[in-house]
Amino acid sequence: MNELRELYQEMILDHNKQPRNFYALPGATHVLEGYNPLCGDKLKLYLQVENGSVRDISFEGSGCAISKASASMMTDAIKGQSVEAALALFEQFHAMLSGKADAAPESLGKLKVFSGVNEFPARVKCATLAWHTLKSGLVGAHGSVTTEDEG
Amino acid sequence: MSALAKPLSTPPSPAPQSEWNVEAVRVDFPILSTRVYNRPLIYFDNAATTQKPLVVVDAISNYYLYGNANIHRGVHYLSEKATDAFETVRHQVQTFIGARSANEIVFVRGATEGLNLLAATLGRTRVKSGDEILISIMEHHSNIVPWQLLCEQTGARLVVIPMHANGELDQAAFEKLLTPRTRILALTHVSNSIGSINPVKHMIQLAHRQNTVVILDAAQSVAHMPIDVQDLDCDFMVLSGHKLYGPTGIGMLYGKGSLLDSLPPYQSGGDMISSVRIEKSTFHKAPQKFEAGTPHIAGVLGLGAALDYLTRLGMAAIATYENSLLAYATQVLTGIPHLRIIGQAREKSGIISFTIDDVHPHDIGTILDRSGIAIRAGHHCTMPLWESLGIVATARVSLGLYNTPGEIDHLAETLNGVRKVMGL
Repeated sequence: MNELRELYQEMILDHNKQPRNFYALPGATHVLEGYNPLCGDKLKLYLQVENGSVRDISFEGSGCAISKASASMMTDAIKGQSVEAALALFEQFHAMLSGKADAAPESLGKLKVFSGVNEFPARVKCATLAWHTLKSGLVGAHGSVTTEDEG
Repeated sequence: MSALAKPLSTPPSPAPQSEWNVEAVRVDFPILSTRVYNRPLIYFDNAATTQKPLVVVDAISNYYLYGNANIHRGVHYLSEKATDAFETVRHQVQTFIGARSANEIVFVRGATEGLNLLAATLGRTRVKSGDEILISIMEHHSNIVPWQLLCEQTGARLVVIPMHANGELDQAAFEKLLTPRTRILALTHVSNSIGSINPVKHMIQLAHRQNTVVILDAAQSVAHMPIDVQDLDCDFMVLSGHKLYGPTGIGMLYGKGSLLDSLPPYQSGGDMISSVRIEKSTFHKAPQKFEAGTPHIAGVLGLGAALDYLTRLGMAAIATYENSLLAYATQVLTGIPHLRIIGQAREKSGIISFTIDDVHPHDIGTILDRSGIAIRAGHHCTMPLWESLGIVATARVSLGLYNTPGEIDHLAETLNGVRKVMGL
């Protein structure tokens, strides 16, 4: 059961119970939908992008603990960041979860609590749903994304 | 019995005691003695697919090792043997489901292909704009989407029988929705998501009064209860081999002889023709008319072994044992705080869908998995059903003939700890 503790760390459980930035953002410049057809989980991401920065960010939706906590912690990490920095963070997060990075870089900060998800292949998409949705918004692709778009 | 399955509102009834020798049955399934995450495998995902007894695997490997040849064409020894073995299974299926003739049995890849075959062929000949196709809200996606596509092509309308909150189809609504415009009723026998057994015999009688063709999806029922197509009087029925302890990639379509003969071909090619000329070809009669190309011979032989196996155990005995397991599991799970069983039809097969307050089914699935317990979490390919109930997903336990009361105790013990793992 130790792997379960690795997966469901305190911080993840906390964000699952009390997700941060969990509301519809008035004045959003981008509204995006993420969808995981495997489990039917849906996520709505609100971005307020101004002058190349994510001035504000929020989300709504239902999902498992991993997807909800990941979305919540992502909004905390992204708020106030430049679009470039946000996309760089996406790459680092994605590399950590797909096992491509040897070790999670320090720059991921608190997001390193998701490194344990690597051991649960069926759950990787739960952790990356919000991030894929974010990326699609930042690179300008509007509309709906699904976790099936990327291998 | 595990003391950890407490607290319970009422003490559990004694575990099922019957003549069913479950330990002897389990020996027939090598996978059941394997371990996952260093724990004994507990397999509760039988509605997704069942495990295979050794006799099924042996039938497949013996064919490839010692009997491999194509069928219906060779003049040599091996081909004749293979053809005999293949056609013997058609008779086995006939006996197993009570069909009048082996010619009423078409081998297909699975229930999905059977339904697609019917949508394509019945659709081409019997459905036109303004007609209606009636399904139920609890259908598997495979019994929804082919009809949706057919409706798009023909201008027919898809009509859906609603369900009561307890998981039983709304019979009063059904009787209203059934009209002279209803060309086809495509209905599941047992819900793969919530286990409801639909009163299909009665519904078929009513449909026939409107001259409606009835297709029964028996994928989820046939391995768990005796079925007699003549008694039910369905016009067509589809099955999947892998849900009845047989191989994947093989299934059956049953059709009443005259109806099967009236349908045009589905796929075409070798084995389904009697003669081919460039100007025009002529086709075999059913069932060969629907079996183009070299079929999944090994799969058919594996299926035959599975039917043999089930017949030897006895479908009535299997149903009795699984019903006692279902009653026990329902009682034990009902006693778990914060757990809610979705679907409490009076007539149920061995499927329990449930939710736990404030815990997503995917998290339940992961926690059980690490205890060696395999369940399904998600929408179980019945998204309209969940939408009608206002639920996104559930965890689903589906029972098979090799499950034990001890496994249910272990399930309950682990479920009791789920909220704690989630910090609740």
